[in-house]
Amino acid sequence: MKHLRSIDELGVEGLVALLQLTDHMAEINQRPVPKVPALRGRTVASLFFEDSTRTRLSFETAAKRLSADTMTFNVSTSSVNKGESLRDTVATITDMGVDAFVVRHKSVGIPWQISQWTKASIINAGDGAHQHPTQALVDCYTIREATHTQRFDGMQITIVGDIKHSRVARSNIQAFSMLGAKVTLVAPPTLLPPDISHWPVQINHHLDDVIPSSDVLYMLRLQSERMSQGHVPTLREYSEQYGLTQKRVSRLKDSAIVMHPGPMNRGVEMQIDPSDVKNSLIHRQVANGVSVRMAVLFELLGTGSSLGGQA
Amino acid sequence: MSKSVVIKGGTIVNPDGQSRVDVRIENGKVVEVGANLSADVQLDASGCIVSSGFVDLHTHLREPGKEEAETIETGSRAGALGGYTALVAMPNTDPPQDSIAVIDFVREQGKRAGLVDVVPSGCITLGRLGETLAPMAELAQAGVTLFTDDGVGVQDASLMRRALEYAKGLGVTLAQHCEVAELTKGAVMNECQCCTDLGLPGWPSIAEELMVFRDIELVRITGATMHFLHLSTARSVELVRAAKRDGLPITAEVTPHHLSLTQELLSSYDSVYKVNPPLRSADDIRALKVGLLDGTIDAIATDHAPHPRRDKEMSLDMAPPGMLGLETALGVVMAYGDLEIKDVVALLSWNPARIAKIDANHGRPVAVGESANICVFDPDLAWSVDIERLASKSINTPYVGRTLRGRVRHTIFKGTPTVIDGQAQK
Repeated sequence: MKHLRSIDELGVEGLVALLQLTDHMAEINQRPVPKVPALRGRTVASLFFEDSTRTRLSFETAAKRLSADTMTFNVSTSSVNKGESLRDTVATITDMGVDAFVVRHKSVGIPWQISQWTKASIINAGDGAHQHPTQALVDCYTIREATHTQRFDGMQITIVGDIKHSRVARSNIQAFSMLGAKVTLVAPPTLLPPDISHWPVQINHHLDDVIPSSDVLYMLRLQSERMSQGHVPTLREYSEQYGLTQKRVSRLKDSAIVMHPGPMNRGVEMQIDPSDVKNSLIHRQVANGVSVRMAVLFELLGTGSSLGGQA
Repeated sequence: MSKSVVIKGGTIVNPDGQSRVDVRIENGKVVEVGANLSADVQLDASGCIVSSGFVDLHTHLREPGKEEAETIETGSRAGALGGYTALVAMPNTDPPQDSIAVIDFVREQGKRAGLVDVVPSGCITLGRLGETLAPMAELAQAGVTLFTDDGVGVQDASLMRRALEYAKGLGVTLAQHCEVAELTKGAVMNECQCCTDLGLPGWPSIAEELMVFRDIELVRITGATMHFLHLSTARSVELVRAAKRDGLPITAEVTPHHLSLTQELLSSYDSVYKVNPPLRSADDIRALKVGLLDGTIDAIATDHAPHPRRDKEMSLDMAPPGMLGLETALGVVMAYGDLEIKDVVALLSWNPARIAKIDANHGRPVAVGESANICVFDPDLAWSVDIERLASKSINTPYVGRTLRGRVRHTIFKGTPTVIDGQAQK
């Protein structure tokens, strides 16, 4: 595997293999010294053109635990602000000797464009509303860990919220379906893409209808600007119709789990403190982020040598 | 005295039929049509079609303002290589073509290049801002016959109504870029399943059709003459068909790319496929072709839109819309259009010459006494674009690696060959 730009590109076999590799990484992370020399001499550059806390930090932590060198490209102080083109920026960093770029950008397709300009591997850490494949891997791994199942056959996964503008939703719908889950999207029609008849999903506009049958309830963040764009009348109305409340939590199955990719909008889609949700996996999602990204980096940059040894 | 020219061994395609005869040209006119003619310069046309030179209703020459992308000279040369003898220059220059000074400049630069007639269009509104009318009477007196804010549509229905009323008094034609801007904010591609998967804001068909419908109804109450630029959807074709059935003075064009390429190409993330209006579905292409055959659509116009490489190297959302068209139009239309030769010539030459009101000298039959604006093309030659050999200053063509059919061999402008055997003569 050369790049990780979308779940589609990864395919079901690649997805399963990465989840299995993540088990090894999780084991490394349990050690007293969670560090191996697997990627010594390799360099990973983070190229984040959009704000990110957890994704960027978990990639950098993952790289360091595999003993790779890291380079962080800070857009606010970079030449991009002096008018340097993205192509020139990528070429410059490539010339410094980089094996992989971790890229986040507000524009769809940037990871594919960059991969034409460099020989380095490209990892998509989010492109517009298109794809965020490592988040989907994290979420699949987290569900797998919680339910002790390799595949999600028959599992009812409900994704709630702003599907239209969500790269997390696009990647997760593909990944969950590949593993056999039945995915239901819950949102007002204004927050769904105009034509989704070809997606392997059910649609429901009423959250309360699907609460009792959901095995996984996946809440998406609603950005307040959706109101001014006319997608929802008010945040309050959205919150009442689609927010997670104590009442809704109480109607969940005992075994049902609640997830959120973060950052949360408390008081909007989360009307309840996640620590009050008994099966919330939100913290596991963050914790697993490092292991999953170690697996991705090792898969793309590793030489197939053992993961053992001490750094 | 210019040298006399003879076109030998070709088949003339005129509105009244075809004939296999030589054509002799002197002093800018066709002086003789017949067998075994000779002259100072002899152009071989065996196996070729000899027709009136092509007329593009929709060329962005970028000068003044964006000479990095194209100049009037380079665009004229690209046009000549594509078989064109007249180009209607779109007004979205910088400064825009809303004053005599800019109109005169464009026309003069066209004459200086001397490769085609450069016919400047004028803006409908001052600065193309959609707020107040441009000095249309003054521009009309300076010879402008086609007015448009192309690049954007006139959003204000009341202003558009006034523009049509005013245009009617002047006897000029308004050409609309149909796009309701509120429906296309941030739009990158056609609203479709592919667009859904990519997570891009969509450019829905309805944004075009609403304005087509509005303007048809405005033509109905004003009686002004209206031309629809680059129609791209099946429903737009239906609306125009019905309007023509009602006898309204409406004409319409379609681009070669909207006849040949579909929306799914955007999933390559290559901004060369980003155009405005966007590439649509295969169903839309079928409807546009029916519109060509039944006369609903009058002309094929290129919307030649050069952009410098660095601008097109941006992401899909940031890259400007537009692709080259002049040098590939015939090859695309012959390869993808499913049209007979006579229809091709009508759509590329006779009809657009009438719409631009330059049919005194362009789009004429190849016959004695007529202006010698002539295109000679091989209708069967298969070829593909060599990016190194484009005459345009830009290279944003989507046809690299695609087989085109039908290639211009010679172009004669005012009696002088501008292209001989596919080579520009100056």
